[in-house]
Amino acid sequence: MAAMDLSRRDFARVAGGGLFVFFHAEAARAQEPAQIPGRVAVPSDFNAFLRIGEDGRVQCFVGKVELGQGAMTSLAEVLAEELDVAYDAVDVVMGDTDLCPYDMGTFGSMTTPLLVPVVRRAGAEARAVLLAMAAERLGAPADRLRVKNGVVTDPARTNSAVSYAALVEGKRIERHLANIPVKPVTQFQVIGHSPRRKDALEKVTGKARYAGDQLPAGLLHARVLRPPAHGAKRLSVDTAEAEKVKGARVVHEGDLVAVLHERPDLADAALAKVKAEFDAVPAQPDEKTIFEHLLKTAPEPRVVAQGGDLAQGEKASASVIEGTYLHGYGAHAPMETHTATAVMENGKVTVWVSTQAPFSVKNQVVRGAGFAPEQVRIIARYVGGGFGGKTGADQAVDAARLAKITGSPVQVVWSRADEFHHDPFRPAAVLKIRSGMTAEGAITLWDAKIVGSGEREAKPFYAIPHQRTVSAGGWQGGNPPGMHPFNVGPWRAPSVNSNTFGRESHIDVMAARGGFDPLEFRLKNLTDERMKRVLQAAAERFAWQPAKAPGGRGVGMACGIYANSYNATMAEVAVGKDGRVRVKRVVIALDVGVVLNPEGLRQQAEGCVMMGLGYALSEEVRFQGGKVLNRNFDEYELPRFSSLPAIDIVLVDNPRTNALGGGEPPIIAMGAALANAIFDATGKRLVELPMTPAHVKAALG
Amino acid sequence: MERAVSFRLNGKAVRVTTDDERMLLWVLRSDLGLTGTKFGCGEGLCGACTVVVGGAAVRSCSTPLKDVAGKTVLTIEGLGGARLHAIQQAFLDHNAFQCGYCTPGMILTAYALLEKTPHPTREQIIAAMDDNLCRCGTHVRIVGAIEQAAGAGKAGA
Repeated sequence: MAAMDLSRRDFARVAGGGLFVFFHAEAARAQEPAQIPGRVAVPSDFNAFLRIGEDGRVQCFVGKVELGQGAMTSLAEVLAEELDVAYDAVDVVMGDTDLCPYDMGTFGSMTTPLLVPVVRRAGAEARAVLLAMAAERLGAPADRLRVKNGVVTDPARTNSAVSYAALVEGKRIERHLANIPVKPVTQFQVIGHSPRRKDALEKVTGKARYAGDQLPAGLLHARVLRPPAHGAKRLSVDTAEAEKVKGARVVHEGDLVAVLHERPDLADAALAKVKAEFDAVPAQPDEKTIFEHLLKTAPEPRVVAQGGDLAQGEKASASVIEGTYLHGYGAHAPMETHTATAVMENGKVTVWVSTQAPFSVKNQVVRGAGFAPEQVRIIARYVGGGFGGKTGADQAVDAARLAKITGSPVQVVWSRADEFHHDPFRPAAVLKIRSGMTAEGAITLWDAKIVGSGEREAKPFYAIPHQRTVSAGGWQGGNPPGMHPFNVGPWRAPSVNSNTFGRESHIDVMAARGGFDPLEFRLKNLTDERMKRVLQAAAERFAWQPAKAPGGRGVGMACGIYANSYNATMAEVAVGKDGRVRVKRVVIALDVGVVLNPEGLRQQAEGCVMMGLGYALSEEVRFQGGKVLNRNFDEYELPRFSSLPAIDIVLVDNPRTNALGGGEPPIIAMGAALANAIFDATGKRLVELPMTPAHVKAALG
Repeated sequence: MERAVSFRLNGKAVRVTTDDERMLLWVLRSDLGLTGTKFGCGEGLCGACTVVVGGAAVRSCSTPLKDVAGKTVLTIEGLGGARLHAIQQAFLDHNAFQCGYCTPGMILTAYALLEKTPHPTREQIIAAMDDNLCRCGTHVRIVGAIEQAAGAGKAGA
């Protein structure tokens, strides 16, 4: 009964009794693709709904996906709050294209700012409807009634209780969101109190089922033949030996060559027996030549922001400083590789997929596997990490195609080498900045060119009278062919890790050149009160001692904005002679508006510290001739327990700003904060991420 | 070589007839349907597939079935019962997971550590857990959870 596929009447028939409130996250809708091939009978007036059933349980249906970020929990929390029901009585149904109305995908820190406000209003609407019904039932004015745990009582009379369940029994009531006011922050009872995560029990008992944990009867595990290099074309294939493997089945249809077996490991073994020749790929950049290559191949830059007059800025500057900052490609490396399990039944295919965007994967399967939209259901119940890398799902197309061809359920699981090779990497980037300042340290000029990373949050938030930022290429596509040797895409806080690294490194270079303390220099050039506040909050917790860098202490800071959330990060490092950087402690002060779930936000921020250590210090994608050379975790170093610094997250109270997302903003300043701390420790400025031991050692000389 | 391999799995005797060179991970997941043990890297580099064999944490993706013949194997499905095991409870209390995919391997590695070293130091915890990868970055909570579980064991001893 997806909004995309079923008319309202069909929806009403399938969904059963109870009270329904249909609602819309407007801003999310604005980004819905206007033309989805084969869309039918779209009730376009809602993209989420909640239902209060005759058992008194509250169900909320949204197309977002639980990736580990805790959306399932925070949505349940706000509904419990607005409806005055127990948190445990709320079920959030996510990521199922047949049960949930359209959603564009789970990324960009949008669930909290865009969906949460409407979910709250829907809860308030449902509560108002139920109160009106209770008023009639109890013969009392609605404004006199009280609700607790889904039971309405009239304080003026004893024995006057009626439950939500009893009120909706035998009825079917539909409402569209009206303008019912939500609870003021001061009356929150659930929000802000961090209840137990909805997914906790299933995850600690191993019962949480991911796409690869679906084992329908007759399941075949498929391994798809893939080219050894990006851009390589298959010249010949010989599957004779693979076909001799007991129980193996080979499918060769057009571009698709796959080996299937009822045991996944035996499918692997059979694939290894497929002989194939591929053509040679023309010369491609490697991880050392990529930056020159990007500068040569980038499209015409676009002006992202400008103000004042650069020539005047130049004149007003006592000193002008130029810097170039580089950021290599980054892999998402989720612990769960791309996975899909497809089951055909009565001409319809259901695919359990590890994806952040079930509705766009649905379109992918419709187009790629030749189904009508009403024949495809995508379910993303639990996903083993995404970080931006699971928006597309080629494996779902392969699984659906193979299920159609064989008539058996088919599971496709990428190997770890596949995962590294076919990852839509965070693009490599070059940031060139030319800036000027007065002798007193007022920034007068900022002329920045960004190549590769994309323009998100590229505009400097410092008060600079004469400035211009241009950007060429990015993670969102539109890059000229040949600019990147493989696919690129969004990676946790897309654009912003690279752009923050460039800007905040350069700010520190300027502070050092002018002889200013890095905090003082930033505050001197800021008028944005939210940014000043997070910097001061971080400095206080960190016990920042003003000094000009390099001071030999190994401390550094950086700050940034992502999706209107503010972040100030401070770090302390020790740098070994071997170039190893040990991060001793990290303090991050965050202003994400109203904090719905402080515990959930801390989890996200701690996770960002760890993932930030990776992109800053160790995660280096190596490639040559269109081949990604990192094949497994021994060749791509993720942060580990032994990398764990002391982490201190400061949540800066800001009740005046609506709740914002917290899964991405905390990561953005890690690269620059660590580069600045390394400079403070050693006097050497590292201008390229990741700052691997080899790079650091080379810089130390 | 195809043969019948017997071992104790989560407290029950099992017998699997298959090629005994196959890796335990796939026998658990595919032949026996125990999906709590996860595939992450296939080469013993990430720890998502960790199970406990005869008291030691092993990588089931790199352990041939023949190696567990006659031994006891514990997977996440066999931990706890009507109540959560103290380690599971501690992971739950600390929210020591996000996506949850590495969690069974983390819990079983911690279980083996505490069986051998009931009161580990923080350094011992980090050393024991260091080859288990978590991409969501829940490390600080996992360390806290293991410290809690070790403390609970102390109180109960």
